Amino acid sequence: MNFLLGAFKPACNISITFTDGKNRKQVPIKKDNGQIVMNPLFQSQETIAGKIHIDPYQGKKVEHNGVKVELLGQIEMYFDRGNFYDFTSLVRELDVPGEIYERKTYPFEFSSVEMPYETYNGVNVRLRYVLKVTVTRGYAGSIVEYQDFVVRNYVPPPPINNSIKMEVGIEDCLHIEFEYNKSKYHLKDVILGKIYFLLVRIKIKNMDLEIRRRESTGAGANTHVETETLAKFELMDGAPVRGESIPVRVFLTPYDLTPTHTNINNKFSVKYYLNLVLVDEEDRRYFKQQEITLYRLKEETS
Amino acid sequence: MRTLAGVEDEEKWLAEGIAGIQHNAFFMHRALDANNLREVLKYSALMLSELRTSKLSPQKYYDLYMRAFDQLRQLEIFFKDESRHGLPVVDLYELVQHAGNILPRMYLLCTVGSVYIKSKQAPSKDVLKDLVEMCRGVQHPIRGLFLRSYLAQVSRDKLPEIGSDYEGDANTVIDAVEFVLQNFTEMNKLWVRIQHQGPGTVREKQEKERNELRDLVGKNLHVLGQIEGVDLEMYKETVLPRVLEQVVNCKDKLAQYYLMECIIQVFPDEYHLQTLEALLAACTQLMPTVDTKIVLTQLMDRLSNYAASSPDVLHEFLQVEAFAKLSNAIGKVIDTQLEMPIVGAMTLFVSLLTFTLRVHPDRLDYVDQVLGACVVKLSSVPKLEDARAMKQVVALLSAPLEKYSDIVTALTLSNYPRVMDHLDDGTNKVMAMLIIQSIMKNDSCISTADKVEVLFELIKGLIKDLDGTNVEELDEEDFQEEQNSVARLIHMLDNEEPEEMLKIIYVVRKHLMTGGPQRLPFTVPPLVFSAVRLVRQLEAQGGDIAGEDVPATLRKIFQILNQTIEALSSVPCPELALRLYLQCAEAASDCDLEPVAYEFFTQAFILYEEEIADSKAQVTAIHLIVGTLQRINVFGVENRDTLTHKATGYSARLLKKPDQCRAVYACSHLFWVDDPEGIKDGERVLLCLRRALRIANAAQQMVNATRGSSGPVTLFVEILNKYLYFFEKGNPHITPSDIQSLIELINTEMLSDNGNTTIHSDPFFSSTLRYIRFQKQKGGLMGEKYDLIKL
Repeated sequence: MNFLLGAFKPACNISITFTDGKNRKQVPIKKDNGQIVMNPLFQSQETIAGKIHIDPYQGKKVEHNGVKVELLGQIEMYFDRGNFYDFTSLVRELDVPGEIYERKTYPFEFSSVEMPYETYNGVNVRLRYVLKVTVTRGYAGSIVEYQDFVVRNYVPPPPINNSIKMEVGIEDCLHIEFEYNKSKYHLKDVILGKIYFLLVRIKIKNMDLEIRRRESTGAGANTHVETETLAKFELMDGAPVRGESIPVRVFLTPYDLTPTHTNINNKFSVKYYLNLVLVDEEDRRYFKQQEITLYRLKEETS
Repeated sequence: MRTLAGVEDEEKWLAEGIAGIQHNAFFMHRALDANNLREVLKYSALMLSELRTSKLSPQKYYDLYMRAFDQLRQLEIFFKDESRHGLPVVDLYELVQHAGNILPRMYLLCTVGSVYIKSKQAPSKDVLKDLVEMCRGVQHPIRGLFLRSYLAQVSRDKLPEIGSDYEGDANTVIDAVEFVLQNFTEMNKLWVRIQHQGPGTVREKQEKERNELRDLVGKNLHVLGQIEGVDLEMYKETVLPRVLEQVVNCKDKLAQYYLMECIIQVFPDEYHLQTLEALLAACTQLMPTVDTKIVLTQLMDRLSNYAASSPDVLHEFLQVEAFAKLSNAIGKVIDTQLEMPIVGAMTLFVSLLTFTLRVHPDRLDYVDQVLGACVVKLSSVPKLEDARAMKQVVALLSAPLEKYSDIVTALTLSNYPRVMDHLDDGTNKVMAMLIIQSIMKNDSCISTADKVEVLFELIKGLIKDLDGTNVEELDEEDFQEEQNSVARLIHMLDNEEPEEMLKIIYVVRKHLMTGGPQRLPFTVPPLVFSAVRLVRQLEAQGGDIAGEDVPATLRKIFQILNQTIEALSSVPCPELALRLYLQCAEAASDCDLEPVAYEFFTQAFILYEEEIADSKAQVTAIHLIVGTLQRINVFGVENRDTLTHKATGYSARLLKKPDQCRAVYACSHLFWVDDPEGIKDGERVLLCLRRALRIANAAQQMVNATRGSSGPVTLFVEILNKYLYFFEKGNPHITPSDIQSLIELINTEMLSDNGNTTIHSDPFFSSTLRYIRFQKQKGGLMGEKYDLIKL
């Protein structure tokens, strides 16, 4: 199934299949070139097993100094392109040096692999898991084949999940009280809440709830922070009067969210915020940002 | 913000909006045909985004809304059919909520919600509650109103009312009511809010626009009124308090007025009756600028009609003391709304009175109470000048007249005249006329002096000149009609009891005498005849049945009569007075009161001599005198002689000969009363007739002298007829030869008159002759007599 890059590489074709590849869930991943490809999904502590086929081209033989498969967990900073940092690296030697004349299949297995971090594709940073097959050759350069896979880790619902409640305002101008029912949401969750207007002296045109992602990479002086608005959801149209209470109900499903990541391997963090924005008739914006924690809850199906 | 940029721009924006809707609807339909849910949602949301415009006036926005509405119907059909989109409706319900803009999101949610309820996969009350709650997100007044109106529309047939498919288990009619109430409250808030937007300069325009939107709000009340299963209890405990709370708290005059009107129109009468207190309390809490009177008027009109609809419901009114409550509320409203024009207060009183008359026709004290309150109010203003207010007062006063066909009832209302006092003179007259007309129409008889007194107090505008009335302004015809009405009215005052009747006459006279010269000619005759009728009645009873003093009564009456007629001299109106004197004389004669009769005659003669100068009038008067005198048999010989002598004398002194002649032969009857006891002085009869002949002759000669030909022989023929009459009656002094010679005389006159020409036959003469011949042929006693006359 996975005829990947390097199909026209000389000498041989290498393909990697997973043991339960047909049943395993596939998730879309956006590649560097913008293409969306489907990759198998794993989680931490799973055994990653499969077969590697090496198929020399017609009439060719492959001489090699050994065949190995590596399981790599890498963090890649875009501003430091090409510089990977492997936080996980496991190796299995598949073959001793020799020659391959015809299609040869090697089973492999990494059992109960510790994969603490989730696959992540950000603005400035990428965290990926990959299987790397290397057919080592002395003179012609090694033949390398990669197979990406995705890791997602599920967590149980947090035991403590307080609501977010706050009164904010500008003196003699606008006072509101807002409430979101939780501070921690899973990715398919619904944000419920309400905005209560205590004082309205400005002419409000509308009110939106934005979901913002703040990705910070590097450390110290080299920290890069990138903020994206992932969702802009109109909560209210028109100007409310004092005492009005506006319901909030935002489904998170449609948005491309990830769990909150805090200080992943000292390389990067991803945080999420709810930003309540009121816009007045002169298009002035009044906003209040609140951090929320996102987590991945084990889905019942799959 | 929309400004006064002009209608053109608005047309353009509307056209753009419509184009946008059509464009996206086209793609939506394509997606519908392909059963492509994603695309359907995308394009329907885009289509609905056109409704986010702020540039249109409500009317234009409505146009746009209706176009979107039509499209949403298609969408609903698609949502209903799971096989087409492949999603359970509950998922669909979530899916449409992903839309980023609230307005399209809410329209879609309402549409799916309606399908959701229909599928019965969720309790209708939960879905309804969710929808009405989520709609809060749209706070823009016009967009919010239309959105909620859409919600109301799609949910209308899905409310869990009694008997509906959606009722049962946990879904009760209370939920339906709750839903509608909440939607109503929110819509009203939005509606009221429109006025707070934009600068004050466009206030007027806004009012107009708001008015156009009011039915969107009112529709909720209609729905409430139609929900099956809202019983009195629920209405009283839940529906009305909530609605009224909203009405009172919104503090907006337009809304308060319209909504109160709606409440009154929408809910059943019996509910109103049972919740009168709450309803009225709300009325008194409305903004001072609200036209509370119309609201109250409508309420009372409805209740009145309800009371009139069936007698069975009347006890309900008593039970809730409807009158007292209404009366209180009206008092409060009038007291608190100081700037309410007087016409408003009057309108309220009219309604209250109408209500009272319908509901408590037996409670005159209520009616009087209303009038009393009205007096208090009227007294507080300097002078009633507003024509409309005046009209209302007239209506107020007319109401009891119409209700109580017996005018007498109205007369017992002590405040009635006090209200009338506040009318201006003209209106007072109109009112008085109404009262009289009412009496006439119902043919009701006023039978006690007290009531007559009250009645005349009421109609005093007609009876006498009121202060400050400019006589010249009066229209002659109107005046006559008024006075004729008064005259007719006098005939309606009647009592079998002579004593009471006398009192009535006293009262009437007292009032009429104040009327002044212009009125007396109209009002005196009926009074006189009324008194004469009483005289006749007493006489018919035999005069002495009631004891010794009856003649005294009679005499008293005649005194009054005398004085009354005397009053006419101030007018002056001698002909009328003369006639009345003669009437009285005759009445007196019938009562055997000779001196009284004589006195009346004397008066008549004095009038004749001193006042009646016109020759024609004299002729008429003479004939009247003669006619009356002839019939009176009470006089002794002496008195009679004096009178007949006078009368004959007057006759002979008339100006024109023919008049003289006729008067004289008429006088002949004075000496021959065809009555067993009557005077029969044949000789003087003959004397009169001869004298008449002489005068006729003289007349003939005068004509000859002046014109050269003699006039007609009519006078002779007339005298001949008198001859024949007395001849038949057996006057011994009239002989056949007298008659014969008279006939010859006539024939001669006719010949000389016509000269050589053919004999002109006078029809009167020929028929007289024919009569003689007829009597001859008939034979018998009379025939024998006539036989003596040779033709």
